[in-house]
Amino acid sequence: MADQLASPMSGPRLAARPLPSSLLALASPLAALAITVAAGALLFAAQGQAPARALGMFFVEPLRDARGWSELAVKGTPLALIALGLAVAFRGNVWNIGAEGQFILGAIAATAVALRAGAGTGRWIVVPILLAGVAGGMAWAGLTAWLRDRFNANEILVSLMLVYVAELLLGYLVYGPWKDPEGFNFPQTITFAAGTEIPRLAPGYRAHAGLVAALAAAPLCWLFLSRTYAGFQLAVCGSAERAARYAGFSSRRALWTALLVSGGLAGLAGAFEVAGPLGQLTPHLPVGYGFAAIIVAFVGRLHPLGVLLSSALMSLFYIGGELAQSRLGLPKALTGVFQGLLLFALLGCDAVAQRLRVTGGGRD
Amino acid sequence: MESLALMIAASVNAGTILALAALGLLINERAGVVNLGAEGMMLIGALAAYATAAHGHGALLSFAAGAGSASLAAALFGACVIGLGTNQYATGLALSLFGAGFTAFAGSGYTDKQIAALATPGIPQLAALPFVGPALFGYHAAVYLAVALAAGLGWFFFRSRVGLVVRAVGESPESAHALGYPVRRVRFYAVLAGGALCGLAGAYVSLVYAHLWVEGLIAGKGWIALALTTFATWRPARVLLGAYLFGGVTMLQFTLQSRGVEIEGHLLNMSPYLATILVLVLISRNRTWIRANMPASLGKPFQPSQ
Repeated sequence: MADQLASPMSGPRLAARPLPSSLLALASPLAALAITVAAGALLFAAQGQAPARALGMFFVEPLRDARGWSELAVKGTPLALIALGLAVAFRGNVWNIGAEGQFILGAIAATAVALRAGAGTGRWIVVPILLAGVAGGMAWAGLTAWLRDRFNANEILVSLMLVYVAELLLGYLVYGPWKDPEGFNFPQTITFAAGTEIPRLAPGYRAHAGLVAALAAAPLCWLFLSRTYAGFQLAVCGSAERAARYAGFSSRRALWTALLVSGGLAGLAGAFEVAGPLGQLTPHLPVGYGFAAIIVAFVGRLHPLGVLLSSALMSLFYIGGELAQSRLGLPKALTGVFQGLLLFALLGCDAVAQRLRVTGGGRD
Repeated sequence: MESLALMIAASVNAGTILALAALGLLINERAGVVNLGAEGMMLIGALAAYATAAHGHGALLSFAAGAGSASLAAALFGACVIGLGTNQYATGLALSLFGAGFTAFAGSGYTDKQIAALATPGIPQLAALPFVGPALFGYHAAVYLAVALAAGLGWFFFRSRVGLVVRAVGESPESAHALGYPVRRVRFYAVLAGGALCGLAGAYVSLVYAHLWVEGLIAGKGWIALALTTFATWRPARVLLGAYLFGGVTMLQFTLQSRGVEIEGHLLNMSPYLATILVLVLISRNRTWIRANMPASLGKPFQPSQ
């Protein structure tokens, strides 16, 4: 099915792909968005809301002031970081769907470092915090890679089971050993020392340096995928398994690369989240960014630039959902409905777009 | 003795959730379709059944609503995967994500709604017997249905002609197509049947097992069911046995706690997930065995025109 994703037509025609197919590749996310919005309007109407007003709450209201844009960045940052990694993994046809767990482990590892900081600790502590996050995410994804590599255990199921384990581990820590003794029995760690805070982009706004990291990670991922030999090998392993074997490319290496890159980035996102906007570890850390990022990666066409754009869109869904809850009294879960609809619509539009190309090509 | 019987009963009750769902997924996979949307379909089935019961309808209609709504969701999956040829993994994921979001959204009004207690079925005289009563005769009808399904599917796949066609479609759709069998229609019906059973499993959770509705009620059981088909090397009887074993693991935490073993709750709750990984590793380690038993065209799309 990998070849289905990448190349629906016979080989030679694909080499010189003209403008229309890339246009279609761009058009189908837009068509999918249109379908999602239309379905959303119906859903709002069914809830007794004026669709125009409710849609405005989702897509326009969050962007009316600087604070809104800052929040867009706060939620877009983890989505973009995780989805960039997933884009790399999915290009290699490695189905890491446990990014949520790697995100949590990144946050846990970052917390382990942050808890060691005292009032006098300098700003340098941010660096080991972020590195710990990367290591935590990599270790958790590495577990999946090891079990797949060594024992052939399906990475989809293992990475997903590890999400539940990570959530429970988080619960164990904040209800147990890491609970703030003066926190009125709330399940959360102490507020981290001031030195650990991820630098904010502007005083008074929650947007933080993670945004810079995400914006920097995108061109790096692009460079890796399209300009390095390792990235090329990964893509060949993902899209044409037999060709990769003929060429002597190691599918094991692709597996490890895919999982370590995606796990590391998800872990980094977790570190930014816990040491940035949260400032302490709580059970409310996981809000589904790891799963939403799967959609972000697909909507962004597994391309780093596309991922940046689609993570902004997905972030808008999150903020819109919160606004719809607080101002219109609609359930916050609307965000999840939109997310699922968007992926469904995208896959459908892609298939239709592919069909158009197949029939068009067949007549030549 | 009595506590052993109760433990068996608890394992069977918990295992039935997995058995129903995994038997449904087995039908899908025997026909060559992997549906990662199991979790989503179970959530949809659970909510639809609970909502039906909350509006005062009977158990039968509630179960039917669960099965029907989930197979409707499966039809959407089937239309994408079989009709349009979308990627099975991605589409299944979409269904799981959509199911989670949609049921959280649509079910928010049912969290605090009570449903009437379902009549305890079974044969009361038999259920009152010592040991064998609680261990064999005290269950809800859905438990016996799962047993009957496992037996029926075993016969269907390995003794009946239609079952052979379904297996042929999963092994080699090209050959089945060449012989004139409607590959895509068979796959679509398999997807519908799989969805109905996942919905039934979900309905069993909300109506009988948990007797409530909350967001995320299924808590990963759909994914464990997916793993279960692999453990069972796509054999119905082994699915049933594996499901009960897993039900036992789920119950382990309560058993240990009642024995006074001091393990922190969160860590204990990891056991079903860790057990899934462990068994997956043990089973998958033998690559040739897996390959020999797996439907050969599992997950591969089929377009007759190409």
